[in-house]
Amino acid sequence: MEQKDTGNRSGNSKQRNFKHDQYLAAMVMISPLLITLIMLFLLPVVMVIAMSFTNWSMTTPVREYIGLRNFSFILKDARFWKALTNTVYYTGLKLILDTTLALFIAVLLDKKLRLRRFFRIAHFAPVVVPITASSLIWLWFYDPGIGPLNQILKLLGLPAMQWLYSEKTALLSVIIFSVWKGLGYNVVLFLAGLQSIPESYLEAARVDGANEWQVFSRIKLPLLAPITSFIVMMGIINCFKVFTEVDVMTPNHGPLESTLLMVSYIYDQSFTRGKIGRGAAAALILFVIIFIFTMIQRTFTRKEVGMD
Amino acid sequence: MARKLRSGYPMTTAFLLITSAIMIFPFIWMFLSAFKTPAEVYNYPPKWFPGSFKLTNFFEVFKKIPFLRFYANSVVVALLQTFLQIAISAMGAFALAKLEFPGRSKIQVFMQSSLFVPEVVTMIPLFILAAWAGLVDTYAGLILPELNCAFTTLLLISFFKTIPNELIDAAKVDGCGYYRIFLAIILPNSRTAIGTASLFAFLTHWRSYMWPLIITNNVKMRTLPIGLKYLVTETGSEYQTLMAASLMAIVPVLIVYMLMEKEFIQSITLTGLKT
Repeated sequence: MEQKDTGNRSGNSKQRNFKHDQYLAAMVMISPLLITLIMLFLLPVVMVIAMSFTNWSMTTPVREYIGLRNFSFILKDARFWKALTNTVYYTGLKLILDTTLALFIAVLLDKKLRLRRFFRIAHFAPVVVPITASSLIWLWFYDPGIGPLNQILKLLGLPAMQWLYSEKTALLSVIIFSVWKGLGYNVVLFLAGLQSIPESYLEAARVDGANEWQVFSRIKLPLLAPITSFIVMMGIINCFKVFTEVDVMTPNHGPLESTLLMVSYIYDQSFTRGKIGRGAAAALILFVIIFIFTMIQRTFTRKEVGMD
Repeated sequence: MARKLRSGYPMTTAFLLITSAIMIFPFIWMFLSAFKTPAEVYNYPPKWFPGSFKLTNFFEVFKKIPFLRFYANSVVVALLQTFLQIAISAMGAFALAKLEFPGRSKIQVFMQSSLFVPEVVTMIPLFILAAWAGLVDTYAGLILPELNCAFTTLLLISFFKTIPNELIDAAKVDGCGYYRIFLAIILPNSRTAIGTASLFAFLTHWRSYMWPLIITNNVKMRTLPIGLKYLVTETGSEYQTLMAASLMAIVPVLIVYMLMEKEFIQSITLTGLKT
């Protein structure tokens, strides 16, 4: 590159210096981030894939390549299928309860109410408290003998339930707890969606004589479709990752392992039984399931954005 | 007419009063029961109010588990994690949002893809690595492996991009280096964004469960969530003791929440819809 006058040349080298400075500064500032990403994400992912093909165990020093044997073991393992069915049941029931209740409460809250701030605080409070601390309260609620829930059932003349202590209701009890715990989160998201609907649309419909139900079903609900599909898809993904509440409320996976979920299965294989290779393979299977849902969610949101 | 419509809604208010009562009933129950005696807990029909507000159950918690130690562990770990994570994310986000260098977009894609991978997948190899490095039962072992910066970085990038480039160019003309620009222009201009990201990071770390469960064996290194889990196995159904522990764990969080309700809600709407 030949420059004709000196002023220009010095300007150019100055610019090059700027560029050089910028690269250097960028490298310095980004390297801690890159180190965490490589150490905490890239390396573990490579390792977990490699481990899933071995019989790596915490109890013996033997580590051999065993091909796909971990995967075939898991796919033949009745406990794995139990964990998967339980997780699907958990996800389905929790999402139906959570989404409809959250939408309903958000629609009610989306009005100029006098106690609105109090209502919002009350519904959101369970979200901010730690899961372990709040599940201690529910352990007592669910106590078949002296739990308040059975006392209430008794007052109503209904038969007492075994809650966390019966194979049939243990997972249901955890679901009720987690709906209580997480409801406010989706209420806030729905509320944000409702508040972004232009007031003029609603006014126009009301002027045309639409009642509240019609305003809701014909205007609000369709306009909330993107946020609803987002909440449902994220809900599925998060339900497949659930661990804390089942581990605190039902140690050892509940009666007859009725609260064994996917993550508990992986944790159990790798840390309780020490079968690291098998745990890694199960973790990869979970990853594939979550990945499929993530892809569905991405294409859904893209479609809806494209339609606007 | 329109005015009348706005001030009323008795049905809605009544319904929301009921649901609010259901939502906060567990907290009220916990608060009252933390002061009950074992006899009052086992009483039938159930006693709603404790006979007296004595602190016996709280002393019982301290006798059974090193509760304050767990609390201190949780505070130290979550604060350090938040500080480190936000510092790393903010620096990285500045470089990715405002500086030009080769590989910039590739790093962003790499970061986004890391969000797809659930915690439990990386947990097994991370435990092996931490064990090799001798980090079991150490603060470094609790803190470092959970510095998941990808999400907070992506969040901050989108905020930093809204800071006008003219501001940066003007500072360059004045002879500011990039580090000065970061500290004197970017950070002061994105206080809300950094606050939101910090609150998000703190809450994630404060409730963290699986990793502390895996990486700690020593009772002294347990964080609050893990300590509470073991309190259940150690006390069985001494519910009044559990309620006292639960109260001490929950009340500080609830107070902070009520003081900063707006920030919490903002943090949710900003972070919740962004993955």
